[in-house]
Amino acid sequence: MKKYEYLEHTADARFKAFGATAEEAFANAAEAMFNVMIDTSGINPQITEYIELQAPDLENLLVDWLSELLYLFEVNMVVFSSFEVFDIEKKGDEYLLSAKAEGEPLDLEKHIFDTEVKAVTYNDLGVQITSQGVTVRTTVDT
Amino acid sequence: MDTEGPEIEGIERVDNDIWQVPLGYKPGMRVPGRIYLSDKLFTNLEKEAVDQVANVATLPGIQKFSMAMPDAHVGYGFPIGGVAAFDAEEGIISPGGVGFDINCGVRLIRSNLEKSDVDGKVNNLLDSLFKAVPSGVGSKSRIRASESELEEIFTNGSRWAVEEGYGVEADLTHCEGEGCIEGGDPSQVSAKAHKRGRPQLGTLGSGNHFLELQYVDEIYDPVAAEAFNLKQGQLTFMVHCGSRGAGHQVCTDHLRNLTRAVEKYKIDLPDKQLACAPAQSEEAQAYFGAMASAANYAWTNRQIIMHHCREVFGQQMNMDADELGLDLVYDVAHNVAKLEEHDVDGGKKQVYVHRKGATRSFPAGHPDVPKAYRAVGQPVLIPGSMGTPSYVLCGKQSAMDVSFGSACHGAGRVMSRSGAKHTFRGEQIQKDLSGQGISVRAAHPSVIAEEAPGVYKSSSEVVDVVDRLGIAGKVAKLMPLGVVKG
Repeated sequence: MKKYEYLEHTADARFKAFGATAEEAFANAAEAMFNVMIDTSGINPQITEYIELQAPDLENLLVDWLSELLYLFEVNMVVFSSFEVFDIEKKGDEYLLSAKAEGEPLDLEKHIFDTEVKAVTYNDLGVQITSQGVTVRTTVDT
Repeated sequence: MDTEGPEIEGIERVDNDIWQVPLGYKPGMRVPGRIYLSDKLFTNLEKEAVDQVANVATLPGIQKFSMAMPDAHVGYGFPIGGVAAFDAEEGIISPGGVGFDINCGVRLIRSNLEKSDVDGKVNNLLDSLFKAVPSGVGSKSRIRASESELEEIFTNGSRWAVEEGYGVEADLTHCEGEGCIEGGDPSQVSAKAHKRGRPQLGTLGSGNHFLELQYVDEIYDPVAAEAFNLKQGQLTFMVHCGSRGAGHQVCTDHLRNLTRAVEKYKIDLPDKQLACAPAQSEEAQAYFGAMASAANYAWTNRQIIMHHCREVFGQQMNMDADELGLDLVYDVAHNVAKLEEHDVDGGKKQVYVHRKGATRSFPAGHPDVPKAYRAVGQPVLIPGSMGTPSYVLCGKQSAMDVSFGSACHGAGRVMSRSGAKHTFRGEQIQKDLSGQGISVRAAHPSVIAEEAPGVYKSSSEVVDVVDRLGIAGKVAKLMPLGVVKG
């Protein structure tokens, strides 16, 4: 199964990510986002960040998840390449996410960036759950 | 294609360069849309951008028209090039009308030098500028602002930099709003935004941000040019950047808050990115305070970058500040919301004007135009893209009637970044530009491909539309000599 695909957008980057479960689709969306910035295939994961989030719905949870990764990238200066979402569950009125992201320290000699992702937008945002699996769709501001 | 009639169904031409998106184009529109385009620019108009103009027209309290400037293209929430004013009492405030890069903007610096003074020196100048101003993804500032200094920057903007020695008093009086939006509220700026902002002060960023060495190629309006202290053949310098991670985080944080407010205040939105709240609500005012803080950070950022550039010029040209005369002509914000007074339906009204990828364009006599320029109108700075001309215009009275005192902000993209990378090779573009006498420095060639001149509309065509509409008048054309890309 394809992990993700990019869609045409004049100013920004838009993609769909797929998974058998929401957890898998969210992890693939993170990989798609980092691959907008940099070819993640050459990254050797040495640092692990654990992430826990909650949001009122799955769409907001997706934005929060990707936004948190951008924040950690910029502040802790870690380029992520490997993502595992352990669990997404609904508890009361909130959706909870627990995950980890692995990467290596930012090294401007080694890491050649294509495009900086500034932020995750709510434009054309979607989380679609069918019997075939989960598709998420998002647009990031570059 | 036939440029006489509308290509996108439902749009009507109402005058030369003015296209109307009528009420009913989308359900819930409260006012019509207005898109300012020449026939040629109309051929690049995307349906999604028109839909975004119509979406903005559905927001509560919108005045007169939902507008798009001639550089308009699809964004999220508002289109890029989108302008809308909302009643300060009955309307809303929306981060979707400002964007993530709060107060992304441009400043123009003049000099006492002529183009010929830097013959054979452009490459050295660019190399030194590239070193002096941290640019690209992951670049870090050499300035270590303390937490209390950062709060001062969020509150007072550029004044902090000038007081710290990164500039002179005239830099403030020649800057939009004197480098500050009043009402900046650091308590509404999250700890995350502080963490992203502190290490990035004085950094250029990446993407379309740049430093550009230019010369005045042509003067169209000698009176305004004299007021702006611009002469033919003169060397000038342009800085384009914004509020960096601090602004991106402010937008992210408050957008999240406002998506909740949309439910609370029962606002019906066609696009989640238009999340907003009633202008006087706690949520909207919290965003406004944070947005103003990020705008103030951006002005400080450009001020510090300009200071470092002045130092480089001094060293490279072996001249002191008076000889160089590197004075700020003006600095304009592209992505902000401001509380302004405008004439609406024959009366004066307080409105929150949102400009997303648009420039303020206030005319002669307006009290917010610096005294030195009040007789001619504020400078409006329209950067080109590498290899294409930039323009200096001045604000005109028609802008107050037609566009809530606004003009375009640049050329506007016509090709995606990925499309650009498939179409152009950075090395080739760099070589082609070099053949035209334009040197380019960038962290990586792919940045040059993404920002190739061919991915943008013609800046000349865009500027001619605002000139014909009388919302800003052409003053001078600037040609590039060298560019440092973020």
